[in-house]
Amino acid sequence: MTKLADAIIVGGGIHGCSTALHMCLAGMKPVLIEKDYAGRHASGVNAGGVRQLARHVAEIPLSIRSMGIWERIEELVDDTCGFESHGQVLVAENDAEFDACRARVAELNALGFTHEELIDGPELRRLVPAVAESCPGGVVSRRDGAADPARTTTAFRRKAAALGATVCEGVAATNIRKEDGLWRVDVGADSYAGPVLVNAAGAWAGGIAAALGEPVPVETVAPMLMITSRVPHFIDPVVILRGRKLSFKQFADGTVLIGGGHLATPDQDRNETVLDWRGLAISARTVFELFPVMRSATIVRAWAGIEARTRDELPVLGPSARHSGLYHQFGFSLHGFQLGPGAGAVMTELIANGGTQTRIGDLSIDRFHRSTP
Amino acid sequence: MNVAPKRDSYDVVVIGAGPAGLAAAATAAEADLSTLLLDENAGPGGQVWRAIASTPVTERDRLGSDYWAGAELVRAVRTSGAEIIQRATVWSLDRHLEVGVSIDGASSLVKARRVILATGALERPFPIPGWTLPGVMTAGAAQTMLKSSGLVPDGQTVIAGQGPLLWLLAAQILRLGGRIDRILDTTERRNYFAALPHAFAFMTSPYFAKGLAMMREVRAKVPVVTGVSELSAAGDGRLATVTYAAGSRRETIPAELLLLHQGVVPNVNLAMAAGVEHRWDDLQLCWSPALDHNGSTSVEGIAIAGDGAGIGGAEAALVRGRIAARAAVEALAPAAAATLAPMATFRASLAQAERGRAFLDTLFRPARQFRIPSGDTIVCRCEEVTAKDILDAVAIGATGPNQLKAYRRSGMGPCQGRLCGLTVTELMAQARGKNPQEIGYYRLRAPVKPITLAELAAMPKTEADVQAVVRG
Repeated sequence: MTKLADAIIVGGGIHGCSTALHMCLAGMKPVLIEKDYAGRHASGVNAGGVRQLARHVAEIPLSIRSMGIWERIEELVDDTCGFESHGQVLVAENDAEFDACRARVAELNALGFTHEELIDGPELRRLVPAVAESCPGGVVSRRDGAADPARTTTAFRRKAAALGATVCEGVAATNIRKEDGLWRVDVGADSYAGPVLVNAAGAWAGGIAAALGEPVPVETVAPMLMITSRVPHFIDPVVILRGRKLSFKQFADGTVLIGGGHLATPDQDRNETVLDWRGLAISARTVFELFPVMRSATIVRAWAGIEARTRDELPVLGPSARHSGLYHQFGFSLHGFQLGPGAGAVMTELIANGGTQTRIGDLSIDRFHRSTP
Repeated sequence: MNVAPKRDSYDVVVIGAGPAGLAAAATAAEADLSTLLLDENAGPGGQVWRAIASTPVTERDRLGSDYWAGAELVRAVRTSGAEIIQRATVWSLDRHLEVGVSIDGASSLVKARRVILATGALERPFPIPGWTLPGVMTAGAAQTMLKSSGLVPDGQTVIAGQGPLLWLLAAQILRLGGRIDRILDTTERRNYFAALPHAFAFMTSPYFAKGLAMMREVRAKVPVVTGVSELSAAGDGRLATVTYAAGSRRETIPAELLLLHQGVVPNVNLAMAAGVEHRWDDLQLCWSPALDHNGSTSVEGIAIAGDGAGIGGAEAALVRGRIAARAAVEALAPAAAATLAPMATFRASLAQAERGRAFLDTLFRPARQFRIPSGDTIVCRCEEVTAKDILDAVAIGATGPNQLKAYRRSGMGPCQGRLCGLTVTELMAQARGKNPQEIGYYRLRAPVKPITLAELAAMPKTEADVQAVVRG
């Protein structure tokens, strides 16, 4: 039988769950459809970085909006989400990289953004005592931090359900279509119908957009992460490198998460990834050189989450250029976790109010179609 | 002295040198396939033939004649042409048949055309109150000390649980002059009736007479309490007492050492991390790989032999190893297969070795209260998660072991669920009114055994890496 909902959200990642929750807060009754379970893929297994640092200018307004929500996340979802704010630091390993940092901060300041701050060698070593003496400085975003991604996504899902969202897990949304002015989706034996459809299906969203006649240049990728055994506490902020692929974070329990974007081979149909140990070995070598204290730590687990990366590595966020009532929220290209809370709020404003104060125009789907004939 | 594998790729890589792995490696190498046998222990033999080439125990009858049968197979492998590397820890296997292995603190990746997993069994978790106290250990750990070092308990010792290995260990301890004060047999009385229909097959199996004689030998020397239905260990910082109930009898006895054992289950970690499909086995109450009659898994090129394919004991393991290897030979070098014994011979031997298994599985099916704990009993030792913690997580929405990680981090410690996985699945299944198959298991991740960051960093760069950097 067909059930009516104010909106149908496809995808139970941090984005779909956040949009569901914010819709409920706006008085809507959405249905959220997730083929596995909330946070099964990238949203549950990413590095958990809550980062405004080093973002593309086009998504900075959204990132800042999201940061405000992160700072009161417990009020919103009744769970701390493991969020801790010890800042994020970008390390320049040589003078050329440091010059690039200086130029970047100047550019942001000229645009009116002040969250990134240039730091010299002494301040860098005050924040990250373990870093090599040869590093001349870097950039810090002091309000940034990290959270537990699976816990966060689960908390959004749980709160959305508590506020009246219908959450369907374990069954895929199929036969997505618009009939008689309503979006309709089959979910196993049931169907849902509603005036609004939100495509937040992560690595599977590109296929949905294409099937609705709105193809986007997007590929499926699987960034790898690994976690170590516990080592004595030696670092508070999250550290990323300017020149090499590395992100680095120590948890309160002493374990260290090493990421940075080396890719596994995704197998989307099997919900699987095949790790590339040569890529992980490069990350290990970088850590080995930069943090001698880590050399005797053991790697206890490595994994990769499946997600979507667009050609310009910016998300697709906003209304469809082709269908009324269709909204896209995908393609976050390895950096969507921090944006989740804000993107759900913005998406709800677009749908409920017809507009948002947050500047997201550069993220619209028609950017891929403007120049094509 | 151990060295890295001599080649980058092999026809067949066999992982584990117990009965199944030794038989598989010997069979593949005798058919002239390039064969690499990787084993984590100091010497070949696995658990059943542990230290077969080095044990200080020289009086043969103390470990039993089955133990010494291993020596013959070890000789066969050593002359077969297979490359054998001991103290080799395999930490990764994927569906591209690439094997990550650590030898002497250095790691490398080798490719295989066929992989035969013979990683054997693990003891089933036995989560009773107090099971994490110092002084409580598994019977298997005690047996390892006995075989490799000739060490046996000399303080007040209680053995609790059930199954053939429990009686074997008790007999071995007594023969080597060790002390056992009490055996608490947790076999459920109703299991004797349930097993009755399978009794005839068992009586004609090779295990029957041996098992009976062993139990008689142990009972003559140690008081045995049967029908134990409750069990707990207690002590202030270390084991001091064991409390049990059997029928209307309840007793607390002093103990310095408590050895627990309620059977073994397939060691699934490496196979699961490689993507091999597993199914819940309702009789053996564990996960077993989905296999065809040659031991081939759902992943092309990976086969599983031995107890890792489903518990069958040493004799069945050996034959399954030969079957899996013969299937690999048939696929890779059909002409050479003609030199091996026909598959039909192996299948007949397997049927003989598996006789009576249903009887043992039914008789020694562990009782629910010893598999599914409650209250403050620890389930996950690594992260100190209790049964109540897990039920609380279920109440707020955790639907399976993987979601549980988000709430409680259980299964994320260094043991990768080896000590808690089955308990978590069954506990969540009971709480949610589902069967274990629906609840599922932890998604296991490589490295399935920890490797150091330094070791990963030092992994040799391949030609392809260098080219990738040049392309930039």
